[in-house]
Amino acid sequence: MDGFSKYLVRRVFQFFLVVFLGITLAFLITNLSPVDPVEQTVSLMTNFGATDPRAVELMREALRELYGLEGTVLEQYAAFWSRVLRGDFGPSLSSFPTPVMSLITAALPWTIGLLTLSLAFTWTLGNLLGALAGYFRSNLALKLAGAAVMALHPVPAYIIGLVLLLIFGFAWPVLPISGGAQMNLTPGFTWDYIRSILIHGTLPALSLVLVGIGSWFISMRSLVSNIVTDDHVVYAELGGVASRKIFSQYVARNALLPQLTGLALSLGNIFGGAVIIEFLFNYPGMGRLLIQGIYRGDYSLVLGVTTMSIIAVAVAVFIIDLVYPLIDPRVRLG
Amino acid sequence: MFKILRDLLRYNTEFLIGFVLTGAIFLFAAAHFFAPYPDNAIYMLPPDMPPSAEYWLGTTSRGQDVLWQMSAAIWNTMTFGLTVTVISRFLALAMGMTSGYLGGRTDQALMTINDTLIALPNIPILLLVYFVMRDQMSWPILALTAALLGWNYDARLIRSVALSLRTREFTRHAVFAGMSVPQILIRQHLPYVMPVIFFTAMNNLIWAIGLEVTLSVLGFSDINRPTVGGMIYWANQHQAIIAGIWWWIAFPIIAIVLLFLGLFLLAISVNEYIDPRSRLSRMGG
Repeated sequence: MDGFSKYLVRRVFQFFLVVFLGITLAFLITNLSPVDPVEQTVSLMTNFGATDPRAVELMREALRELYGLEGTVLEQYAAFWSRVLRGDFGPSLSSFPTPVMSLITAALPWTIGLLTLSLAFTWTLGNLLGALAGYFRSNLALKLAGAAVMALHPVPAYIIGLVLLLIFGFAWPVLPISGGAQMNLTPGFTWDYIRSILIHGTLPALSLVLVGIGSWFISMRSLVSNIVTDDHVVYAELGGVASRKIFSQYVARNALLPQLTGLALSLGNIFGGAVIIEFLFNYPGMGRLLIQGIYRGDYSLVLGVTTMSIIAVAVAVFIIDLVYPLIDPRVRLG
Repeated sequence: MFKILRDLLRYNTEFLIGFVLTGAIFLFAAAHFFAPYPDNAIYMLPPDMPPSAEYWLGTTSRGQDVLWQMSAAIWNTMTFGLTVTVISRFLALAMGMTSGYLGGRTDQALMTINDTLIALPNIPILLLVYFVMRDQMSWPILALTAALLGWNYDARLIRSVALSLRTREFTRHAVFAGMSVPQILIRQHLPYVMPVIFFTAMNNLIWAIGLEVTLSVLGFSDINRPTVGGMIYWANQHQAIIAGIWWWIAFPIIAIVLLFLGLFLLAISVNEYIDPRSRLSRMGG
């Protein structure tokens, strides 16, 4: 087997392992918890006045079946898997009788769009600035830019989003702070609709960029400043290779490899930040769906969104792993 | 130890600023033990008072003093962060050192598990845990869950250090001298790993505090225990921004940003101290 196939087999194995462990974990969390979701939903529904005890008993049975909580733990586990594979998490209780899966398929494109665009921007800009700052260490403008992104880096996503919301929503209201697109527009490939999506996505995307850019900047700068002292770079400098070429071909390209691995490793965390930002800006993606599901006590929705997020993140990591050989010839050639 | 601290304070401006900021915030948080009002009493004071000589940072719509609330809140938030950090350090240490020292197939298997856990999105899992626990959720459970999710990166880092220690001369000596694996790990290798632990601890603390702020802002923790995120949660519940009670939301945000800035400056300057390469490049070498 050549190097590439070996690499591929390992990545495919890793992908299935992530999905398997993630779904098992989701099952264990919901099963080991001391709170019975059926009782919880029943008490939520009988909160407003007395209900006939027989009706409550029927409701219990219906919910038990709906949530797949019949039989032994192993049977429940098998049932859970079959629901995941069929993509059937039952109807959502908070927007009955819409199936959880159709809520998720409506929300998923928003999250993917927001995350892909903002992440591509963050990663490119952070790495570019970081590489430049590592290569031209005495440049004052780059030093200042570095100080700015590094100061923002440790602040949690919610706080950055909230400050942007206060600035652009209240102090200087120029950008929409809620929703994914204007309500009265019909979705479609019209310029108005696309423009509306872009304008509504600006603040959430800007928050995600500000949250994420610092870590790429910091690690790229330290990678580059280590590579700069490597023999091959010193040799190229002495040989009179143009500094532009040294920067892009000798330094930045080598430093990019660990940064791509870093992207795959931190995707789970980045998704977490997006959940919070989506909720804050009322963006119609997976994050808002998840948090609203929690507030409304919608068991099937929360479980469905969590499971699908685990799978979605695993797929995204797998795609990055597939891109990796394209820029690292060592994997390609074995 | 004190000499290192003195030198860092004298020659490293970032460390100095970070140290002063973190120290000041710590003292401010510790002051809540002398607070004139109980932490979680509400409607004790006239609500919605702007900052004044009597209430320095104003009062909330729930009739609490913002200053003393914040003091208790920062203390609780820091306690949470430290708990997560300590627990997750032990996990990262055990996993990283074992994996690095044993090497081979064990290392491969452990690191595969590690990488799998890294790829899981933390926030949805934490939210699921909160969702199934609900009213029984308390901060120690939340801290434990966060710690279980927060050690993977650092285990990898510790493993790489342990991997290089494994082939060193003194390790072979220890093996021939008949030391057992736990003995070698604790008595021979731990001292080399300690600096990495300190550095990762700072980063982990920042991460854990950020997590606590995020979850309690959304109301996904014990909302009656004052925390920095919890203050913003209650301010949002009372529509503080729209009602113009800016001090309820502005001061907690400023406190969080200062705390993060202080911890972050400490983290990067300690990293610089531990990694001599970055010290060299700082000197222009």
